[in-house]
Amino acid sequence: MAELYEGFTLCGLAAGQSRENSGLLGIEPGRDTDHVIVTGAGRTVTVYKVSDQKPLGSWAAKQGQAVTCPAVLHGQTGEYVAVHDSKVLRIWRDEDINFEKVFKATLSAAVSRIHALPSSEPLVLFQRGAVRQLDALLAAPQQAVEEVLSEEEVIRWSSCFLEAEQPLLLFSTEKSGECFLYLQKLSPNVLHKYNIGSEGKGVCPIGFTATLENKCITLMCLYSNGCVYKLLVSLHPSAEGEQHLPKSLLMKLPVSEGVLHRAAIACLEEGHIAIVGAPPSASTGDRDFLCIWNTNFQTLQASKELPGGAYGQLWCNAGKLYVTHGKMLTVLPYRCEKSSLAAALGKLKQTSTQEVTSSPSVLNWNSFPHEEAALEQKTGMRTRRSKLNLKSQATLATSITQVLEDIKGVSREEVEEVLEPFLSCSPVSPQFQLGLAHIAVELLKRCQADPGFYPQSVLARLAQTGRLSHSSCPGFLMLALEKHDYFLAQLCLQHFPDIPEAVTCAFLKAFLSVADADLMQVSVDLEGVSLVDGPGQSLEVVQNGFSPVLLEEDSCDVQLTPPKLDQSSSWTDMSLTCPVGLKKSALLNEIIRSSYSESFLLPHLKDLSAQQVILFLQYLQYLYVRSSGDVYTQLPGLRAPTMTQIMDWVSLLLDAHFAVLVMAPEAKELLAQLHRFVRSQVRLYSELGKIQGTLQELSKIKKEQEIGLYSIEVIELF
Amino acid sequence: MGEFKVHRVRFFDFMPSGIRCMAFNSKADRLALARLDGSVEIFNFSNNYFQEKVIPGNDSRSIEAICWVGCDRLFTAGLNGEVVEYDLERLCPKYTLDAFGGPIWTAACNSEETHFAFGCEDGSVKLFEILPDKIQFERNLDRQKGRILSLSWHKSGTLIAAGSLDVIRVFDVKSGHSVQRILVDRGPAGTRNKDCVVWNVAFLSDYTIVSGDSAGKVQLWDANKGTLIKTHLVSKWDVLSLSVSENEDSIVAGTSEGTVVQFQLLSPKIGDTETQWVRTRTFKHHTHDVRAVTETRTAVVSGGLDTQLVICPLMDKVEVKSSESVLRKVIFPHRSLVSCAKKPSLLLFQFPDQLELWRLGGTDTIGKPGESLPVTRKPEKLLQLKRKGDDHICCSTISECGHWIAYSTVSSIRLYQLQCDNNNISITKVSKLPKVLRSAHQLQFSADSSKLFVASEQATIHVISVSRSECKHVHTFKPKSGSSAPVHLLAASADGQWLTSANRHCEINVYNLKKLKHHCMVPVYNSLPSAMAIHPETNNLLVTHADQQMFEFGIVDKQYTDWSRKLQKEGLHRCRLKWGTPVTHITFNPQAPSQVILHDMHMFCIIDQSLPLDGLKAQFYSQLTPKDTSETDKPRKNNALKICNKYQPLLHVNLLEDDWLVVVERPLIDIHSQLPAPVRQKKFGT
Repeated sequence: MAELYEGFTLCGLAAGQSRENSGLLGIEPGRDTDHVIVTGAGRTVTVYKVSDQKPLGSWAAKQGQAVTCPAVLHGQTGEYVAVHDSKVLRIWRDEDINFEKVFKATLSAAVSRIHALPSSEPLVLFQRGAVRQLDALLAAPQQAVEEVLSEEEVIRWSSCFLEAEQPLLLFSTEKSGECFLYLQKLSPNVLHKYNIGSEGKGVCPIGFTATLENKCITLMCLYSNGCVYKLLVSLHPSAEGEQHLPKSLLMKLPVSEGVLHRAAIACLEEGHIAIVGAPPSASTGDRDFLCIWNTNFQTLQASKELPGGAYGQLWCNAGKLYVTHGKMLTVLPYRCEKSSLAAALGKLKQTSTQEVTSSPSVLNWNSFPHEEAALEQKTGMRTRRSKLNLKSQATLATSITQVLEDIKGVSREEVEEVLEPFLSCSPVSPQFQLGLAHIAVELLKRCQADPGFYPQSVLARLAQTGRLSHSSCPGFLMLALEKHDYFLAQLCLQHFPDIPEAVTCAFLKAFLSVADADLMQVSVDLEGVSLVDGPGQSLEVVQNGFSPVLLEEDSCDVQLTPPKLDQSSSWTDMSLTCPVGLKKSALLNEIIRSSYSESFLLPHLKDLSAQQVILFLQYLQYLYVRSSGDVYTQLPGLRAPTMTQIMDWVSLLLDAHFAVLVMAPEAKELLAQLHRFVRSQVRLYSELGKIQGTLQELSKIKKEQEIGLYSIEVIELF
Repeated sequence: MGEFKVHRVRFFDFMPSGIRCMAFNSKADRLALARLDGSVEIFNFSNNYFQEKVIPGNDSRSIEAICWVGCDRLFTAGLNGEVVEYDLERLCPKYTLDAFGGPIWTAACNSEETHFAFGCEDGSVKLFEILPDKIQFERNLDRQKGRILSLSWHKSGTLIAAGSLDVIRVFDVKSGHSVQRILVDRGPAGTRNKDCVVWNVAFLSDYTIVSGDSAGKVQLWDANKGTLIKTHLVSKWDVLSLSVSENEDSIVAGTSEGTVVQFQLLSPKIGDTETQWVRTRTFKHHTHDVRAVTETRTAVVSGGLDTQLVICPLMDKVEVKSSESVLRKVIFPHRSLVSCAKKPSLLLFQFPDQLELWRLGGTDTIGKPGESLPVTRKPEKLLQLKRKGDDHICCSTISECGHWIAYSTVSSIRLYQLQCDNNNISITKVSKLPKVLRSAHQLQFSADSSKLFVASEQATIHVISVSRSECKHVHTFKPKSGSSAPVHLLAASADGQWLTSANRHCEINVYNLKKLKHHCMVPVYNSLPSAMAIHPETNNLLVTHADQQMFEFGIVDKQYTDWSRKLQKEGLHRCRLKWGTPVTHITFNPQAPSQVILHDMHMFCIIDQSLPLDGLKAQFYSQLTPKDTSETDKPRKNNALKICNKYQPLLHVNLLEDDWLVVVERPLIDIHSQLPAPVRQKKFGT
């Protein structure tokens, strides 16, 4: 669910604005999340501290000049950059007072916008489509600027991203009703042009918003007929020249008269968009609203009426929406939570990071055919757009078969090349999921046939998509095991939802038997063991100056066996060194975290050798002491095993190998410690049980004390 | 059999009055205690601390000092400027005398008991000579500036120490001159502008003066030289009371904080003959001002604004495991303030200044033991009867039928007829009472409500026949022994034939009402009867005494019954001995004639006379966990003694018709909530 909180007014709008023009040019993020730079259409640039609703500094251009592009903050130097009169660049700092005296550079061409990136040089987008980095431009302000756009082509919207330290600029243009999208990459300077296509007569895109995710830009486009389309722009376009970009209908806003004029869209997180200027329902009449919609379920999550009419201007910065309406600029904090059907039905899934990245078994309720059917029923006619969707689906299907064809018999590098663009923009559809499985199976076949062929990175990418499962490509896991690819094995353990117990056990066996030295070269995700120390490193847990004497250090035991204290076999001393290496512990943690059924796991566990069992038990014991010494029952780190998981595994191992362990002399110490620990736990719980009785009595006593001035009771005397 | 429906009554908001001063008479082993409302109580310490006599208060009387002379003369003096001697037989003031010195703050009697000294508001110390039947003004000592708040005679009778504001003076009695003037320093800085009030002085025989003052100090002075020997700071607030033990080896001081501090004369080193006063013990049994403190041979007795009398044993002086070794708190009077009309379910509550008549509520439902039933009919306050005059009510009663109410003060008896039809209550005072009725110590209606028995102040019992038309004096019974001791208990038999009376000389007389003559006297037991009742069927008299003993006397046979003899032989349960308070009411169960119901402050119990008595060996079963009993415990049901301590503190328990019990509780927390806030004290962690 998403909600809008109570908003507040940041500033009033300059006088003299018309119904069409708010008098505000733009809002850009300031030096931290609490600061914004507000650029007025006239001559002023003001920096506000949002939480205080207070201006910190304001600069104004001379009479007769006009600021033409929103001022931005140069993230690296802390300077403000603005352009007035289209061509004059101004750069100044907080301490500068007089705008007239600050640095000034006159450019040779008119600037459309300047985009600031937090850790990179700002990008200057010229009105004719050229893009320059600011430092390059300042070196030679009068340099010639090429014309990219054709005549009458106007930039409507632009945005920039940083992908792998490389700035990207995305901007859309319009030329006589047709819309184009440009993706400008710098170094190497590559420009891609896409044709978005128009929606028919009088229907034009009026708002854009874009996000970068998984090496793929998701562009959302609001059309004047109230439709929101989603366009996926790959960062690695395969073909040169102008391409047609397929778009999919995300949702259709209830527009009463059929045409939106002043509206804007902003993408919030996790499938939520904010739209200003479109009514929440068709019957709201003439009033203007700010709404948050869930694009997954096409549901309205929150709405707020904007008195005085909106101008179709909406900015989103650091969890707050900035919207102009009436005579003011209002700031509305918002909050989005991931919506899921389960949450809607009352069964909220536990949100752990892993679940967010991989949910292959959850059916996608937003799949196209379903939506299509609903739309058709509603409109009764098949629009051109829906045909287009079908077409894009068809292209997807064909592309999978194409990919399957392509990877047959080519080298490892070529396979990577073919699959990279396919994987980089991953649409959510069952076809795609099946296609992935097909590809995986195909690759597996090849690997088995040709021992020299092992496209590790591709397989890892496939596993990382989170859409593969053991049942869809059996043998995938065993392949990783055969090739001793522990990285892939870990990925599989993390992402596959249906690993059979036999395979889990085989993995465990392999992990336990591998030497720590062999793991040196392997790259393993160490997130689960971020704070677990390496072998031999002792750790001192001190909380508020208190080193916990562990529960297990039972006073009775101390009295019974005082000489044992100075032996190194004491539970505390032993347990504070990790018996396995860092990477090995990361792998073992994945095993401990994996799901299993006891009765199926138990027979396979018997395959472990006594040495392996003892090692694993020692490791589990270590983990337990680590987590029980802490206040929290969960070890630090995202994928650390929980206390219950650890205890379950200890019990399972003991069940499977008890006879062996009893006979093994080297396990004796370990078993004794575990026994002592269990006994102390039992004692603790029995003590707690006693307290429970006492406390229950207390609560009974309280009840009896409620007697008024008069009551009638029945008693019996024996 | 043992199932009852209980009216649990908590609306009797009886409020005891705070204790102002007290005096212990070691020869008689009795403590006289004066309360803020002007009433005086006498406790018999040798008789289980029983509240033997109560002299009701008076609105105009305010007592500041109380003094024994000999064993049986009691004097008080107060802020109305009067000295009162009491008649301890008739329980009323014998005479009053104005000292003509304004309000009297303190009084002291010399060791020969020949003279009284009174300290007055006008700064004079007045000497009165004690004569056998009165006291007589002798002379004034030199008048000084400032009121006299405390006085103490030296044992020789030649010197008097007097505490005033900021100063202690020593007077020579013969000359009347002040021979020593000791300045008492005021409290710590910040309180220097406030007078230091010397609340107490005590003159020891070694010419040491002990003083307690408003700055919280207990100070020892040399009376000859006028020099300070030692200062003990015992409180941040006032030291309000001071008492020296008879052999002058211990001093106790009560403070505003509710503490009592003991000082003892000890030698600092073992074997050293030199002794000095050392602060030894601190008792904290009070929440408010300790206005009065005294020391008996075995205990420290203290009382104050929180209304309770605390008898705290000094464990080094008592023989172990006797009744003296228990801490006792006397909170409620040792007599019943509640009368009950069983048939119409009426309760009459006696306050010092008024009577309240309540009708009990009811319910339509039936419940299982342990349940609380919904109240469908709420209890109703039918009547609030204010007394006339200044004298407080000393006794009251309601007739069994609920048509007659009688009460008495020390000056008059009033009888009211009550008409109660549906919701209309009308009350008419019976105007013409027989001339013989002047004042009563105890009132009792006969079972058929036709007669009123009045225990008069002359130790006689008047029988008055009451009817709608007239009230007639029928007869006056005089005790055969000729004793003039006041009667404090009356009991009439259900068949109207017998009347018994108990007086404060422990005599119990039985009179035959049919023949109007003295029938017999129950053998005198050396403890005061605390409650008695005549069995409705067997006409056996059941008496409980202050020392917790119980006897059953067959009136017709003029001898103790077999059950009583067996009881004396085997003893009731030993837990009965733990009762700190006397039994104040006895009643019988008409449905099960063998059952006797009696109660004290902490519990009520049912004794089944038909069941065998369990000896001392039997284990005590608490009634708190009745659900634990299973069928195997059946033999336990034959226990003759059934105790219920669920309700406490109890002021009254009575059995109405049809297995209805009424219990009147007065929770201590309700009393505490009506007291003024105690002095602020720093508690740890606040």
